[in-house]
Amino acid sequence: MMTLYVHRQSWLHRQPAGLKLLVLMATSVALYALTSLWTAGAALIAVILAYRSLGPAGWSYLWVVKPLLPMFILIFVVQTWSQSVSAAILMLLRMLTLIWLANLVTLTTRMDAMMDAVMPILSPFRRVGVAPHRIAFTVALFVRFVPVLMAVLNSLLEAWKSRGGGRAVWRLAIPMLINAIRMSDHVAQALAARGGVRSPETPVSMVQPQ
Amino acid sequence: MKDQALVQMALYAALVAALGLIPPVPFVTGIPITAQTLGVMLAGVMLGPWRGFLSMLLFVGVVALGAPLLSGGRGGLGVFASPTTGFIIGFPVAALVAGYVARLLQRQSILIAAGVGAFVGGILVLYVFGIVGFKLVTGSEWLRSVQVMAVYVPGDSVKVVLTALVAQAVYKGLPGAVATRQA
Repeated sequence: MMTLYVHRQSWLHRQPAGLKLLVLMATSVALYALTSLWTAGAALIAVILAYRSLGPAGWSYLWVVKPLLPMFILIFVVQTWSQSVSAAILMLLRMLTLIWLANLVTLTTRMDAMMDAVMPILSPFRRVGVAPHRIAFTVALFVRFVPVLMAVLNSLLEAWKSRGGGRAVWRLAIPMLINAIRMSDHVAQALAARGGVRSPETPVSMVQPQ
Repeated sequence: MKDQALVQMALYAALVAALGLIPPVPFVTGIPITAQTLGVMLAGVMLGPWRGFLSMLLFVGVVALGAPLLSGGRGGLGVFASPTTGFIIGFPVAALVAGYVARLLQRQSILIAAGVGAFVGGILVLYVFGIVGFKLVTGSEWLRSVQVMAVYVPGDSVKVVLTALVAQAVYKGLPGAVATRQA
């Protein structure tokens, strides 16, 4: 599974996921209380230095904001025009700081550690009949479906091109969805044939056929 | 909730992710439009309100955990600090409303039910989230936020039509797959 997590040892990797999430939340609240350009700039520099502390390649992860650059320029121009240059700079500093800090948490925290950290938040779902292990199962299935659907889409695109292609590529959405639904029906049947989604605590012999 | 519902929710969440891998088409305005909201509209119309909502909640949750499944390979918590965060947070509610409206209109033809559902959920509701999110992140005024976000409307209107056409075609092939058509 592709993930934005970077496998490496660093002081940030060793911090517990829950702590990192709390720091992130606290920072996001604090940043909007700050109105001075200097403190906002200092926060941004602190985050950039934290990337540097990941090692020599740390800087390169700052490029994560590249797809957002046109948006930033647009916002900057609009903000300068409607308010002032300093307001525009302050807003840009805040956004960059938060995006980079949040991304830093993602880079240095394994997805399963993150999931364990948020599991207590999910526990109220148990009351409406959704047990955490069923959520975990659905997440795993989702993650597995992504490359499968990409493969379906690619084979449809290739077939389309080999038949001469054309501009109405959107028509592929129909066979794509029908294929996907058929596939998910097979998965559901296979799951039922194996006794359904089991809790890790339930031995196989205890499973009742549905 | 039945096991089959879990599989369906995982499927539509994955569909939104797969649609994000289609390279974004730079629209006239220079702001790229993606196919992902097509998946959100379809999730609502095909799964119905409640499952559509949970399916998109699953998608947004996994993105937040760090999966780069948004268009352009974006993901992780940083997404929720970016100017377009409102659209992403609004995915589950958009699917919920799209499904609800499509179910209300189930006596109409599926083309109308799916189209109106996709429009109300995927444009009206999603833009309320998108505009509020943009305003909160950037601190712009309401009018400015609306103007900036308006550039996405033409592309999203195309997706509403696509949702209706796709839902109609799938309903012909697999009637059972459209949950909003069963009384």
